[in-house]
Amino acid sequence: MNDLFDMPSYLEHSFLGLVGLHLREALVPVLAGLVLALPLAQLCVRFRWLYPPVLWVTTVLYAIPSLAFFVVLIDYTGLSELTVMIPLAVYSLVVLVPAIVDGVRSVPQETLAAATAMGLGPVRRYLQVQLPIAAPAILAGLRVAAVSSISLVSVGMLIGNEGALGNMLDAGLKYNQPRLVWLSVISTAVLAILVDALLIVLRVWVTPWMPRGAGRGTRPVLAKGAAR
Amino acid sequence: MNILNYADAFFGDSAHWQDYDGIPVRLGEHVQYTLMALGIAAAIGLPVGLLTGHTGRGGNVLALIATSGRALPSFGLMVLMFILLGLGMAPVMIPLVVLAVPPILVTTNEAMRSLDPAPVDAARGMGMGEAQVLFRVELPTALPLILSGLRSAAIQIVSTATIAAYVSFGGLGRYIVDGLYQRDYEKVVGGATLVAGLAVATLLVFWAVARLAVSRGVRRPG
Repeated sequence: MNDLFDMPSYLEHSFLGLVGLHLREALVPVLAGLVLALPLAQLCVRFRWLYPPVLWVTTVLYAIPSLAFFVVLIDYTGLSELTVMIPLAVYSLVVLVPAIVDGVRSVPQETLAAATAMGLGPVRRYLQVQLPIAAPAILAGLRVAAVSSISLVSVGMLIGNEGALGNMLDAGLKYNQPRLVWLSVISTAVLAILVDALLIVLRVWVTPWMPRGAGRGTRPVLAKGAAR
Repeated sequence: MNILNYADAFFGDSAHWQDYDGIPVRLGEHVQYTLMALGIAAAIGLPVGLLTGHTGRGGNVLALIATSGRALPSFGLMVLMFILLGLGMAPVMIPLVVLAVPPILVTTNEAMRSLDPAPVDAARGMGMGEAQVLFRVELPTALPLILSGLRSAAIQIVSTATIAAYVSFGGLGRYIVDGLYQRDYEKVVGGATLVAGLAVATLLVFWAVARLAVSRGVRRPG
């Protein structure tokens, strides 16, 4: 059993170390994407004319293959974690902006009017009314972003072993150790499923007024997203 | 030197336009992988999505397929298939198809189920059979969304086929992977430019197809 999780020493991490690294490389960009997407989406809601061009730009950015994105950044950020994390943050941003815009726009006019009538200013109305009602849509976007981010980190292996669990793929091929490849694929998939499940739990927790049960009442983000 | 200089140097070198490692050959390989994988995935995803959408069954199973399809690391899957099956078309095609089926299947199903029921009922009222309802009313109306599912599948295939170069396959990814090994940054940037260009071209093709194929009455404003 011990052998299964033994790592070649040049990976410089134990198995659990790689898992931690993988989570960091995948989820920090998702958070960064969320932090950038919230104000950008709010601008798109506020100024309607802004949304179509933003949507076009994000669609094109999302189409850029991850490996191409990574290698172009090498010139600026070197062979580092940052080179992997920047594109992942961009992809997350691209998935999240439409999710947030749709979510915030779906808040009924009467609800907003009621909030204003209760004396809520624009900021409190945004934080206490619009965001919570948009939460299911935002979390659906977060699920897509997080899961595909976890899958994409592995590609970072190609730019000088920056792929965390993906680094095991290279090690497995080099030393003819199928065990490492299996381990990489299975642990990455399990990680993605666990994070996805956690986000579902989070959704149930932040929206106690919604009926329980997976996804009911929310429309999954489909056209965009999905792993690459 | 910045990126543009590298790209310029790469495309200016006539050696990069000839022989088995020339740009036309690599581009052809990449397009071939993409079309093959998209064709197989569409042959699986479209009929199943249309039928389940038409009958309104199997929603939960599809949601499960969508989630698990997304969770599978495509790069790892490709290396795994390479180890298991060796050199050949299958280790590239299997991950690409596995990757492309969920978006096509799920979006098609979703497109069919989110249709306005009134025209569908009207079609039945006019005496259309199930097949006619499906192909003459539901399919044309759902087409924009179905195409968007095919589009995201195609984009993902283009992107992932790049990575196939790591397990010794052709396509534009060759330039990136070889360039990285040879420390030839010119080649790397050239390859990245080509792949990004192909991805954007894919977007444009789908935009054009949507313009041509989607009935004017269904087209959304904007």
